[in-house]
Formats: sequence, C-alpha cells, structure tokens
Amino acid sequence: MADAHSVDVSGGSRAIVVLWQVLVGIAGLALWQALVALKLLDPFFVSRPTAIVSRIATWILSGSLWPQLATTLAESLLGLVIGAAAGISLGFALARSPLLAQICDPYIKMLNAIPRVVLAPLFLLWFGLGIWSKVALAVTLVFFVMFFNTYQGVRDADRVLVDNVRMLGATERQLVRHVLIPSALSSIFSSLQTSLGFAMVGAVVGEYLGATRGLGYVISQAEGTFDTTGVFAGMTVLGIVVVFVSAGVTRLERWLLRWKN
Amino acid sequence: MTDVADALALEHVSRTFVTPGGGVYQALDDITLTVCEGAFVAIVGPSGCGKSTLLNVAAGLLAPSSGQVRVDGAPLSGLNRRATYMFQQDALLPWKTVRENVSLGLILAGVAKADALRQADVWLARVGLTSFAAHYPSQLSGGMRKRASMAQNWIIDRRTLLMDEPFSALDVHTRQRMETELLALWDEGAVRKTVVFVTHDLEEAIALADEVVVLSAGPASRIVARHPVPLDRPRDLMELRTTTTFLELYRALWAVLREEVVKSQRHAEGPRG
Repeated sequence: MADAHSVDVSGGSRAIVVLWQVLVGIAGLALWQALVALKLLDPFFVSRPTAIVSRIATWILSGSLWPQLATTLAESLLGLVIGAAAGISLGFALARSPLLAQICDPYIKMLNAIPRVVLAPLFLLWFGLGIWSKVALAVTLVFFVMFFNTYQGVRDADRVLVDNVRMLGATERQLVRHVLIPSALSSIFSSLQTSLGFAMVGAVVGEYLGATRGLGYVISQAEGTFDTTGVFAGMTVLGIVVVFVSAGVTRLERWLLRWKN
Repeated sequence: MTDVADALALEHVSRTFVTPGGGVYQALDDITLTVCEGAFVAIVGPSGCGKSTLLNVAAGLLAPSSGQVRVDGAPLSGLNRRATYMFQQDALLPWKTVRENVSLGLILAGVAKADALRQADVWLARVGLTSFAAHYPSQLSGGMRKRASMAQNWIIDRRTLLMDEPFSALDVHTRQRMETELLALWDEGAVRKTVVFVTHDLEEAIALADEVVVLSAGPASRIVARHPVPLDRPRDLMELRTTTTFLELYRALWAVLREEVVKSQRHAEGPRG
C-alpha cells in the first residue's frame, strides 16, 4: 500500500530499461555474427552466435544439459549453505568475543590470502573427483564473505538501539536475538548476491580442474578439443543461469529487508 | 543521610573519559543531585556540558568514576531497572513494525505475545498511531517516531523516565505538540512518574519542569543553579511562555545560563584559534 507509488514509477522506467537491455544484447550478437560473416574474425577462435545457439539447442533437445547443470547448481548451493553457516557462526562468535577475535585475526587474514585455485588440487586429493571437492572450493570462497559481513554487521550494531533495548529490560540473549542478529542479517543478506556468485565460481573452477560432470567439465572438455563453440555455449548457459538465480536472490533480499526504505 | 523518598540521588558523582589521544577528559565534577519521587526535573546547560553523561550515569549505562548513584535509596550497580530512557536519536528497531516496537518491553519481560500486542494497541491509540501500527519506523515522520518511542517507554510502566533532548530534532511546532502530549501522559497516570529531562533549551525546561537545574560549561561540569518552577499545572504550553511568572523565571535563569554558554563558546573557539 505504502509503496504502490514507487512501484508505479519504477514500473514505467523498467520497461524502457528492459527494452534497451534487449537491444544492446541483439546489437552485440549481430555485430559478432557480422564480423565472422565478413571474415574479419575467424570462427575457429571465436565461433559465431548462431552456432552457439544451435549447440545449446542440441544440448537441451538431447537432454544432455540437465545433469551437467544440476551438478553445478547442487555444488554451488551446498557450498553456499555450508560456507554461510560456518561464516555466520564464526563471525558472530568473534564479534561477541574481542579476545577471540584478536587471537584469530592473523590466521583469518592468512587463510583469506590463499588463492583458492591452488587449493583445488588438494581438495581433489582429499575429497575425490565427485561433487565434494567442488563444494569445498565453493565453501572457501563463500565463508570469508559471510564471515566478514557478519562480523562487521554485529560490531556495527547501532549503539543507541543496543542501549535502548537494554534499558527496556533485555537480557544478553534477548539483545542478541532482537538487535544483533537482525542488525547483522541486513549486511549478511546484502552480501548474499556476492556469495552466490562466489559459490558458482568455486563450483565451476573446481569442475574445470578435474571432474566427471558439471558445466565446468563441459567447458574444459570442449577446450581440450579446440571446440570454441562448445566453450562459448557452456559460458552462455552459465551466464543465463546466474542472471536468473540472482534475480531470485534480489527478490528474496527485498522481501527480507522490506523494513528498509 | 539519604532521604528514602528520593527516587534518584547522585552523590558526589564525577566522571572522566580517556580521550583518543590518550589524555583524560573530565565530563562531570562532583555532581550531587536528588530527585524526589514524582518530580519533573529539567537539566539545562550549554552543549557539550556533560548533560548526556549525567543521564547515562543515572541510567547505569555509564558507571561514575567516583561518587555513587542511589535509586530509591539503594546504591545502583549495573543498569537502573527502575527507569526507562528516551534517547535523542531514533531508538526504535527499524526491522520491527511500530506495534512490535511498542510491545517490545513487555515481550522482553516475558509477557505472552498476544497480550503484549493487545496492550501495545491501547498505547498506540493513546498516542494516536493506531492506523500506523503495521508500518516500519522508516515510514513514519519524526514526530510519529517520537510518539512511538514514548509509547515504547511508557508501556513498561517504570517509575522513572530519563529523557535526553528527546525532541531536539523536531521542528518548533511538532516539538511543542510533543511537549504537550508528554505532559498529558505524565499528568494522566494515577501516580506521576519521576522525570529527568535533559535539554539545552531553557524555555522547554521551564515550560515542562517542576525544577530547573543548570549545569556549567564543560569540561568538569558542576551544578551552578537549581530553581523551582512555581507554575500551576496543568500548563497550557501555548499560552505559558508569555506569562509574567514564566518571563521572570526565564530572565533569572538565563542570567546564569548565559554565562555558561559564553564560556562554552570561548572554550570551543580556544583550541582552534
């Protein structure tokens, strides 16, 4: 009711935005196709849009795409959930205990500085070729985003809100429940978008470096045979999936943070 | 030594802070102040004089560096559980609706949710926010947020209400309306609450209080004057400010406060120049 007005306004401009988004996409693809048709670009290196679309159509019609996609999504989701649970718990614990935070500080910085790609072979060794080595890689990416955001969120809880709720009679536990968790949630949800992207990067990179299925595996197989159409088709599917999933996350975020205006 | 009837007593309270540069800043110096049960006391002073520090000490949010606070005769340690505190800034939880915010104190005390919400509705009606019950604080005007805060503080029926420049962010007219509503709530109850009201506005202090306490400019604020306000209640805040008694009182207290304001300005300019 209160935001009917703002929906109207953004609804009007949104149609224009979507129109332009489609136009930009079509223009880009047309340019690509034209450059290849005019022999200014070699399709061996860059393929061409029509070939990529027909490849994706073949994958969909033959049904070979779904198990690959399902694998990648399952790994991403597991990585997101496990990484978030671990990151949020530790973030909360350290924010509530400055001593613990000081002790852990150098270790967290060290671990966060490790390039995740170098961990992939280790995870393959530890967890095998299946999904868990990819989940582990996704977890190492998601964990730190969630950890830092939770830690900041709890630490940045408004002093006045904390004092007010304490004066209203809150116990330490009630303070955590009514002020600190909601206060941190807003920064956690704001970082959900980033975390989701990271989870998918972790899964795909893991698959790329050694797997038996998944989109990263499809891309790496195509690269191994100089099949650029396959590489681009894999990347395109990945890109489309990310756009849809992140639209879902945006809606979830808007609903969960609906009190923010 | 301590009168049992004093709802709140500060005895030789001093408070120092360590500044970021490692120095020591003394905010309060040897403050002794007693507030009787049911009295409305206003504390005025130039900005930066430690008024908020004094209130935080009374609330138990800050411990005094020396001296002690007594609540109903008993020494205070930890939070003052006989008092609620209305802050200068917005203190409503932004993720709870107005109704949930008002009922919060009851929920924290373990009252069943349905019962707490029912009582909140009564308070929302009293402060005229019934139709905004399901709104979030960000959807309310500044005046409405203050009313919701008042209801949130009043619903848990503590004996003492500490107020730290609660209306200073409002425009003049809204502010006068809030002052009127505050006095109405205060007058309405079977037993009047003890109110300690901090403000930098002398007019507001005289208009509301039974007694005005003037603090000196910081650092090391002391009490420089205490003056009873012999104005009848209920008070009509629209008319009050032009009455002779009010103006005489204003002149007398301003003579004291003016000096402190000048001192605080000189102090603020000093280090810069």
